[in-house]
Amino acid sequence: MNLQAEIPLHYMIVLSTLLFFIGLVGVLIRRNLITMLMGIELMLNAVNINFVAFNHYLYPHRFEGHFFALIVMAIAAAEAAIAIALIINIYRKFSTVNVDDVDELKY
Amino acid sequence: MDYSFTLLIVLLPLAGFVLLGLFHDRLKPMVAGTLGTLNLLVITLFSYYTAFHYFTQGNSESGYTAIKAFNLLWLSFTESLQIQLGILLDPLSVMMLVVITTVSLMVHIYSLGYMKGEKGFQRYYAFLSLFTFSMLGLVVATNIFQMYIFWELVGVSSYLLIGFYYERPSAVAASKKAFIVTRFADLGFLLGILLLSFYTNTFDFTTLTSMDGVAISSPPAALFLGMSVTTWAMLLIFMGGAGKSAMFPLHIWLPDAMEGPTPVSALIHAATMVVAGVYLVARLFPVYALSSPDSLEVIAYVGSFTSLFAAIIACTQLDIKRVLAFSTLSQIGYMMVALGVSGYGGEEGLGYMAALFHLFTHAFFKALLFLGAGSVIHAVHSNLMTDMGGLRKFMPITHITFLIACLTIAGIPPLSGFFSKDEILVAAYEHNKIIFVVQWLVAGITAFYMFRLYFNIFWNRTPHFHHTPHESPALMTFPLIFLAIASVLAGFVPFHALVTSDGKAFHTELHWMIAIPSVLIAVVGIGVAAWFYLKQNILPEKVTHGVKGMYTLVYHKFYIDELYLFLTHKVIFNFISRPVAWFDRHIVDGTMNLIGDTTVYGSNLIKKMQSGHMQWYIWFFTSGVLLLAFLLLYLN
Repeated sequence: MNLQAEIPLHYMIVLSTLLFFIGLVGVLIRRNLITMLMGIELMLNAVNINFVAFNHYLYPHRFEGHFFALIVMAIAAAEAAIAIALIINIYRKFSTVNVDDVDELKY
Repeated sequence: MDYSFTLLIVLLPLAGFVLLGLFHDRLKPMVAGTLGTLNLLVITLFSYYTAFHYFTQGNSESGYTAIKAFNLLWLSFTESLQIQLGILLDPLSVMMLVVITTVSLMVHIYSLGYMKGEKGFQRYYAFLSLFTFSMLGLVVATNIFQMYIFWELVGVSSYLLIGFYYERPSAVAASKKAFIVTRFADLGFLLGILLLSFYTNTFDFTTLTSMDGVAISSPPAALFLGMSVTTWAMLLIFMGGAGKSAMFPLHIWLPDAMEGPTPVSALIHAATMVVAGVYLVARLFPVYALSSPDSLEVIAYVGSFTSLFAAIIACTQLDIKRVLAFSTLSQIGYMMVALGVSGYGGEEGLGYMAALFHLFTHAFFKALLFLGAGSVIHAVHSNLMTDMGGLRKFMPITHITFLIACLTIAGIPPLSGFFSKDEILVAAYEHNKIIFVVQWLVAGITAFYMFRLYFNIFWNRTPHFHHTPHESPALMTFPLIFLAIASVLAGFVPFHALVTSDGKAFHTELHWMIAIPSVLIAVVGIGVAAWFYLKQNILPEKVTHGVKGMYTLVYHKFYIDELYLFLTHKVIFNFISRPVAWFDRHIVDGTMNLIGDTTVYGSNLIKKMQSGHMQWYIWFFTSGVLLLAFLLLYLN
């Protein structure tokens, strides 16, 4: 099966764009910190799709895009670990994971 | 001969000051005093040695040459405009070394007795060392800037010593007054230095006063307000000298400076520091005489007026130290007159020689007078001559030495004051008859007020003393005897062969045509004083009553102090200081406050953007990114 023949590049781009904005909207409108973190993960994965797709369609004999996607995953894992640690600490201090209740750091 | 050891003459007093200043309370008072005195004894021997060698070996075909015994480059602005720290030895500075160290040593010894048991004895000796250091540094300065540095140091040590009894408000006020008045004069001095060095491109005395130097061979001819720049510069420099030497109208600090301990008055405010102005003019004398004779005229008239003015006031004062202070003013006026009427070179330079001769003799007899007055004050515990009288029976040594000093200042031959005053009168006679007559009259007034002082202290009625006065201890009488001998003998120093305007010896002799009238008027002055004050009588009251208005005017020193107070408090404070303060408070501060307030107001307006709501931040951020992307993509 020839992937390039059956599924053109712009399908992939539309998919990743949709995924990115779903993630962004999730970050912007959801008040729950965990859900916001999930939104961020979606945005990162949208970027990953772009990396792999461009690499595959435009430069099939090179691997930079693949490697970059792997690095992004690793960083996403690390970021998730830190973010969850932060959220746990916020919960312990404020007894909430609602982002609107955590506004100590202002003027 | 190598004169580099003269560096020690300057550095030893500094070492003494540092040592006594650092350890002051940890040393026993007498240890500190003895250390200071021994230190000064060494310095004195060094300077005698220097003087002996310089005057016996420094002479050559072209007279005495100036020697730079030590020179250290400190600041270099251009090739020629450099500030150096060094030691200049020429007849003038070597003579001053002798005067300063001798009087200072005598004062050190005397103070061991006079200041005994005073609080802050060690501090007193530390300050004396500081003063000696600054004064010696001043006279050996190789350039005018080094002189200025030491000039200010001298001012500081004078301030510290006048305010020695800092618990007394009057001493504090007097020290402040002395400092502010001389500081004001030094402003003129500094301006003069800058002006002179700007046009001549040098600070160095040797270059300034050499015959082919810019200042003399081609003095700047630029005019400012109708006077040449050289004259301006020299007059401004003289203003500094007039401040330190307390010439009218900057004399007001000197009488008040008598608040300091009496030995200090003898050292600083009679023998050494107050003649710094004379020394300054003498140092730059070739420039004055050859490039700016106009300013010499000014110096002559200022000196003459001051000597008359101060002599008249001295006749009315009751505080014996104040009488001596005004007498100092009057005698420094004499020296200024002598410089002012002098020409340069050979016999023309008679006035120059006479001024320094008088400086030399005056240092001894005036120090003696002050120390004698100190001895009297020590015995009577009062400064007022109304509390004294008949002391000759109680204090024979003080009495005899004081009498010698009075005869010397009155100009009775063959005491030293006679010779130096005679030279001054001759110089004045040859140059300007009016000034001569004034100085001749002042000689008479001098004799009168000195003997008024003398008779009131040692003769007249004997008041009831609380406890019987007694002769001072040997530590105090030894300096008196030493200085009395010096006052007698100093007149025989052949000054015309040693210290002259161009370094060459010239011939001079006693001028009987001048000497006889001046001795006569002195004798008349003494006679009148004896008639008035030898025995208690009502004559003085009758005379003062007869000219009551005049007397009050003179007694209050012609209300010059009140005039200054009026000028500063009423005129300067109200019409200059207040507007300036208003401008500072409202315009300068106002501008700064406006800028500050605007910033505070602006940040209050926009601080609400920092809401702490994270999602708002993300909104702003995302919108910004989208906007930028839009701009980059479609407007590029």
